[in-house]
Amino acid sequence: METIKGKVVYKLSDDINTDKILAGRYLVLTGDEELAEHCFEGHIKDWKEKVKKGDLLVAGENFGCGSSREHAPIALKSSGIAAVIAESLGRIFYRNSIAVGLPVIQGPGISKKVEEGDVLEIDLDNGKVTNTRTKEVIHFDPFPDFIQAYLNEGGLSSYVRNRLIKNG
Amino acid sequence: MRIGSTFAEKMLAMKSGKGKVSAGEFVIAKVDGSLANDVTSPLLIRRFKEMGLEKPYKLPGGFEIYIDHYVPAPTIRAAMEHRNIREFCKRFDIYFSEAGNGGHLRLPIERGHCRPGMLFVGADSHTVLLGAVGAFAAGVGSSEQAYVLYKGDLWFKVPESIKIIVDGKLPEYAMGKDIILKILGDLGETGALYKAVEYTGQAISDLSVDGRIAICGLTLEMGGKIGVIEADEKIVEYVKKKTNKPFEVIKADDDAKYWKTYHYDVSGLEARIATPPRMDMVKDVKEVEGIAINQTYIGSCVNGGLEDMAMAARILQGRKVHPEVRCVVVPQSREIYQNALKEGYIQTLYEAGAMLAPSGCGPCVGGHMGVMAPGEKVVSTGCRNFPGRMGSPEAEIYVASPATAAASAIEGRITDPKKYF
Repeated sequence: METIKGKVVYKLSDDINTDKILAGRYLVLTGDEELAEHCFEGHIKDWKEKVKKGDLLVAGENFGCGSSREHAPIALKSSGIAAVIAESLGRIFYRNSIAVGLPVIQGPGISKKVEEGDVLEIDLDNGKVTNTRTKEVIHFDPFPDFIQAYLNEGGLSSYVRNRLIKNG
Repeated sequence: MRIGSTFAEKMLAMKSGKGKVSAGEFVIAKVDGSLANDVTSPLLIRRFKEMGLEKPYKLPGGFEIYIDHYVPAPTIRAAMEHRNIREFCKRFDIYFSEAGNGGHLRLPIERGHCRPGMLFVGADSHTVLLGAVGAFAAGVGSSEQAYVLYKGDLWFKVPESIKIIVDGKLPEYAMGKDIILKILGDLGETGALYKAVEYTGQAISDLSVDGRIAICGLTLEMGGKIGVIEADEKIVEYVKKKTNKPFEVIKADDDAKYWKTYHYDVSGLEARIATPPRMDMVKDVKEVEGIAINQTYIGSCVNGGLEDMAMAARILQGRKVHPEVRCVVVPQSREIYQNALKEGYIQTLYEAGAMLAPSGCGPCVGGHMGVMAPGEKVVSTGCRNFPGRMGSPEAEIYVASPATAAASAIEGRITDPKKYF
């Protein structure tokens, strides 16, 4: 159904927590753009200049651990990130990312097979990430249908509005 | 052959209306109760509107919003969000707790809203601490919480479970916080990722509600989906004092299958401390003793209980906070604050030179009430030490028990509380 193709803008280390992605002092903000404005502030200096729409983020173990703030995946998505691929993901971050329509993939082995700047192709249906530079492939468990449906609608709130409430 | 069920499997089977479920399965489970705070509610309100919901689903255990993170409002923006929350709650007849009443995770226990056998979701990661009274409690985000307000249920993947048996007798200077910091140091930040953690054993039974809250709350820092202590007589008695509402105690089967089982004996446990920048970089306090500090924080969702205030007062009794240390103390709720006043703990702490802030999260979330400057060091009894958590990313946060924080406040440097016993 869907293939995501993009450039790996950053390859991050293990245990990147949601306080780093979006600091606690900005939790009073709720808008997509204003959250993007503060993404990784104080941690990745050139984030705003470097990230372009459609870029991919690769990370190590436990990406998005910590706080339940949905602000974190919103900030990533509205910064332009099209998908996150990590060795493993924080539990609530995983749920929140799906809920805001940001595909997040657990691809064990990814950090050893990808460098910053590589272009990856993600096949969501078949659970396959291909590094177009090295042709190496990483497999992941495809999303269950109901999760894919949330992602297809761009997130849980659009899904509820468009698919559930409108159809009674 | 019949295989027994873990606590998580039993709860999710019951709440999804299935006879039996096993780890790895996806289920749709009925949610009993749900809560949010002033940090997660503004986004929840946005999602509620985006979904086009007309009224919130009436959950059997209620949906509640607590203003506790930014109290009283430190900025115009926060004050505006608080106003929006108040209006939202009034308009949709949602249970609302005003700034100053206390923390959104302590009050559902204190008010008898969260009871054994209930399934709670909260728009706060430390919702896991409600497992202290034998509830299945997991953190979610604002969109999913809005979904719960639409449908009254939510998807869950049935987690594998870890059993942690903690035996022995805890030394007088050590607390529930030291037990969980010991476990957290061993298992690491991913040691319980996606897992349900059940705590059991003599040392757990010996703990009060306060000590159990510290243990279940920090389960999240190991990646846990839930942390639970099955309700025993102590909890049943506590809950009955708080409410007449019914509840059912759920226990794992003896022949349940666990992903891993760990055994601990905490007799002679040293006071423990999580050193920056990670919650799993845990050491004995004596290993880092002598590091000069600028602030101590005694409070938070995991250490703002009456027992925590009592411990701090016991150590600070007749002593003074070091002149170069700011000692911030925050009782988690109005009830705890009032009881601490009655018991004389507040008087003792104030005389010692502590400053008291209104009930809520205090400086743990870095909003205000004692944020840290670059290069400063704090001993916090809070739940996290990530860089930037309490202000500047260049401040260093050490997380320990109220006993360690109080001892360190006196000395002006990180101090093993043992010498005060």
